[in-house]
Amino acid sequence: MIAIIDYGMGNLRSVQKAFERMGREAVVTRDPKTILDAGKVVLPGVGAFPDCMRNLEEYGLIDAVKQSIRSGKPFLGICLGLQLLFTESEEFGISKGLDIIKGKVIRFKGPEFKGLKIPHMGWNSLAVKRRPPVMQDIPEGSHVYFVHSFHVVPEDKGVIATTTNYGIDFVSSIWKDNVIAVQFHPEKSQALGLSILKRFGEQKS
Amino acid sequence: MLTKRIIPCLDVKGGRVVKGVSFVNLIDAGDPVEIAKAYDEQGADELTFLDITASHEERGIILDVVRRTAEQVFMPLTVGGGIKVLDDIRNLLLAGADKVSINTTAVHDPEFIKQASLRFGSQCIVVAIDAKRVVEHDKDFKPPLAWASDPKYGSLFLSDSALHTPHSALRWEVYTHGGRKPMGIDAVAWAKKMEEYGAGEILLTSMNQDGQKTGYDLELTRSVSEAVSIPVIASGGVGNLEHIYEGFTKGKADAALAASIFHFKEYTIRQAKEYLRERGVPVRL
Repeated sequence: MIAIIDYGMGNLRSVQKAFERMGREAVVTRDPKTILDAGKVVLPGVGAFPDCMRNLEEYGLIDAVKQSIRSGKPFLGICLGLQLLFTESEEFGISKGLDIIKGKVIRFKGPEFKGLKIPHMGWNSLAVKRRPPVMQDIPEGSHVYFVHSFHVVPEDKGVIATTTNYGIDFVSSIWKDNVIAVQFHPEKSQALGLSILKRFGEQKS
Repeated sequence: MLTKRIIPCLDVKGGRVVKGVSFVNLIDAGDPVEIAKAYDEQGADELTFLDITASHEERGIILDVVRRTAEQVFMPLTVGGGIKVLDDIRNLLLAGADKVSINTTAVHDPEFIKQASLRFGSQCIVVAIDAKRVVEHDKDFKPPLAWASDPKYGSLFLSDSALHTPHSALRWEVYTHGGRKPMGIDAVAWAKKMEEYGAGEILLTSMNQDGQKTGYDLELTRSVSEAVSIPVIASGGVGNLEHIYEGFTKGKADAALAASIFHFKEYTIRQAKEYLRERGVPVRL
């Protein structure tokens, strides 16, 4: 069973429906025990970084997230669920993250972005650096759907799975042990995106 | 590289697609879910539903349509029409919409956009602007007095001379109520204000071009796109593929919305994208 962590942010139904489409049972939950008992855990999310951290804390979910990752079971972060894993974000001042991946979350800003629209919204391509098992059906250069104004900068470049070009080459997904986290929305990326969720669902818990 | 988006738009009334769609292979050509699936297969980048249901009592119907669509189609879905309160947005997002598009309510209460973007995030708040060239301004129109003296609108109003001199510099005026009511507000200034208030995207429709099939209002599209740093969707007037190409190149649009050329099978989404790619426009194929 897959637990999709519900901390009051964003449209979780589409993530759940996408798993169901792939023949996987998924529950949307904010119960720490359900999350700890689940074979696989998904941390989705849209919205502002500090609000998301505050909600995770308020619902008492921070330990459940950290324990799930420590236990070694497959863990998937989507969009803000990628950013929250990092040490800190500069969204609305400096906000502390879960600090599971060392590094920062910064805004698309600087001369490289002159003439580029922010948020980075739409379909952009993936350059694969290291291919995690969930991306085995993703050809180099595949287009996936993004919508975000901040991006992650890991200290250890060894965690980078894919990069994407928008003004700069930014990190569009990371892979470290049992954790895979993506900046784009697999649940909105048609067949290719669904293939990632399918492979994630097939992983051994 | 970020690709340019092609977005088919469906007008939905009482849960049915109006103006018709003529895909031969559809079981029910009036069913928004069937059409959404067909566009998904053709490789549309997003989908927009415009709910033109008149009565408030029927609001629940669009939620059901969105719910059923989100179960079948895994791409971004925007829903517009009739959004008046924050709960309308919440209900649409919970049903499975990714973005909502707001027009009349934004003009009547700009603060609504601020509240909506703070609560749900800018990424899901699209402000729809219906704009018309000022030379065709309704001369009998007077801005409501209360508005003209309200500081929240003051500087946005077009001056009397701008409104009534046919040869003044190119300007566009905001219309509401499906393009029926002129507001006396400058469309470019309005787009900037909406960005400042937290809109994540602008859906820009030319009321002069809408339904004409002679191309987007490229000057309008370019003026707005260059004035804001958020993405702009061009809308109104597409009759052939060159129009879409010009919307991206001359109009500097980030996305192109079209209805009839796709609904009536004049072109498929794929044909449009191949045409664009041959001419150097980045698209997802």
